[in-house]
Amino acid sequence: MSAQSNWLRPLALLLALAVIPVVFATGFQLFQLTMVAIYALSVLGKNLVSGYGGQVSLGQGAFFAVGAYTAAVLMDQYDWPYWATLPVAAITSGLVGLMLGLPALRLGGLYLALVTFALAISVPQLLKYKAFEAWTGGVQGIVINKPEPPFDLPLSADQWTYLFTLAVVAVFFFLARNLIDSRIGRSLKAIRDHALAAEAMGIELARYKTLVFGVGALFTGIGGALSAFAVAFVSPDSFSLALSLTLFVGMVIGGAATIQGAVYGAVFIVFAPNVSEAIFKGAPGAVYGIILILFMFFAPGGFASLVRRFGAKYLRRAKPA
Amino acid sequence: MANTGNTTGPLLRVSDVVMRFGGIIALNGVSFDVERGQICGLIGPNGSGKTTMFNCISGIYRHSRGDIVFEGQSLNGVPRHRMAGIGLGRTFQNVALFNTMSVRDNMLVGAHHRGNSGFFANALRLAAARRDEQEAVEGIDELLDLLDLRAVADVPAGGLPFGTRKRIELARALMGRPKLLLLDEPAGGLNHGEVGELGDLFRRVRDHFNLSILLVEHHMALVMSVSEKVVALEFGMKIAEGTPEQVRNEPEVIRAYLGDTADAHAA
Repeated sequence: MSAQSNWLRPLALLLALAVIPVVFATGFQLFQLTMVAIYALSVLGKNLVSGYGGQVSLGQGAFFAVGAYTAAVLMDQYDWPYWATLPVAAITSGLVGLMLGLPALRLGGLYLALVTFALAISVPQLLKYKAFEAWTGGVQGIVINKPEPPFDLPLSADQWTYLFTLAVVAVFFFLARNLIDSRIGRSLKAIRDHALAAEAMGIELARYKTLVFGVGALFTGIGGALSAFAVAFVSPDSFSLALSLTLFVGMVIGGAATIQGAVYGAVFIVFAPNVSEAIFKGAPGAVYGIILILFMFFAPGGFASLVRRFGAKYLRRAKPA
Repeated sequence: MANTGNTTGPLLRVSDVVMRFGGIIALNGVSFDVERGQICGLIGPNGSGKTTMFNCISGIYRHSRGDIVFEGQSLNGVPRHRMAGIGLGRTFQNVALFNTMSVRDNMLVGAHHRGNSGFFANALRLAAARRDEQEAVEGIDELLDLLDLRAVADVPAGGLPFGTRKRIELARALMGRPKLLLLDEPAGGLNHGEVGELGDLFRRVRDHFNLSILLVEHHMALVMSVSEKVVALEFGMKIAEGTPEQVRNEPEVIRAYLGDTADAHAA
């Protein structure tokens, strides 16, 4: 494949993703697509830590919360423009991730799951805590303004928010792709597959394990900040343990240790609850559960593995050797 | 990488190494040298301390006393992930590949220590990252051919036959451009024909990459045919050292080791 077609296809896809919804989608549909992009980025962060890095984290939602609150507090208390809060949200969530990466060095598997679980359940309560109420708004949360299109562009706030989110998410997907296709990505997978052998090849386990926690947290934290813009509101109960589990489900359903899997997982996160409710109003939770089980049964490698399998079949048929 | 070690003495000097596990003494004052360009075999019956010695050299265990010196530099307290950079490459007794990764990627991990670009540089594909990538792939095609791995280069390593997996491991170790290659039972689990080819392969590898090999092996015929020097251990002590000829004729060795396996081989 030539270098040019390597560039063209993702660029064309991105353009289509930008233009078609803006022209055809309603405000609510745009909001849903915005949330898909946000969850895709957040699941990607989770995927870096768990899918590629092989470290169990049940607390990824906490980084989402840190990113969202960083953005909301800066906008609400200090009147920052929304876009300027993104680098700060990246730093705060990344730092929290690095701090959590330190225990990850000493704790393997199940114990790491417990520590990150503890983080996930304590974050909503910390956000409600009286001493922080001046910034966090306590149980009330913080209401912020939706991003307005700049330069008097003829776009609605929903359309602009979607485009802005899409652009940021695309940049981070690009960065993740680079990272995974490099010596860093190979090192992470090597550590996951066989830590002792990875070490014998010169990979410093402590460094990579900590850093990937920070980078994964940063990705998810940016997702959180973008969600604060899209929803125009943050509150402690939006960032409960359920959010962490949702990101986990998104990673597994989409396909762990794949980049495109994060997108499929995000589509699932946003639309599966609606689909479940449409199928059977009485117990959407049960339908959701059955969908999950069916998925594990027919696509244990996640949706990305299905795409790969059928894609390979199609290609073979398209060019008979 | 700047070669700061001295280049006149032996490549590896093991002196008076003692390794205790609780009350058990696994190695009791073992000393030997590996010269530059030498293939050195380390033999001994089960439980004689071969693998313990091997793990002390590669930093998996920390010996209780004595010194292991590589190119004039003590390896005592050197972290495991620095060993590859110092020039020690290794394979594992039970084959430790990165199973989900392609053969090519397994080999590229072997070149890891030759680069130093980090997360940031690689995410942005900065010049340092591109240079590392270029240097990593250098020589990989040649190695794929040398070890007959070209046909499976893009296949995940996990599902391949055992003999192939052993060659992948060797290829991965060679990607690190080691000065000393530590091979832990390379013949283990291979069929007769495959073992026969190993001796030639090791000599070819040694000559081509200009390195030394320390071989821990049960398969006597292989060790005796390929090694220029053999060190025999029993109960954590060195009982013989010399050319294969000398060691084979050492009464201690015959009693401790060769007698048993000669019977086993005859059967």
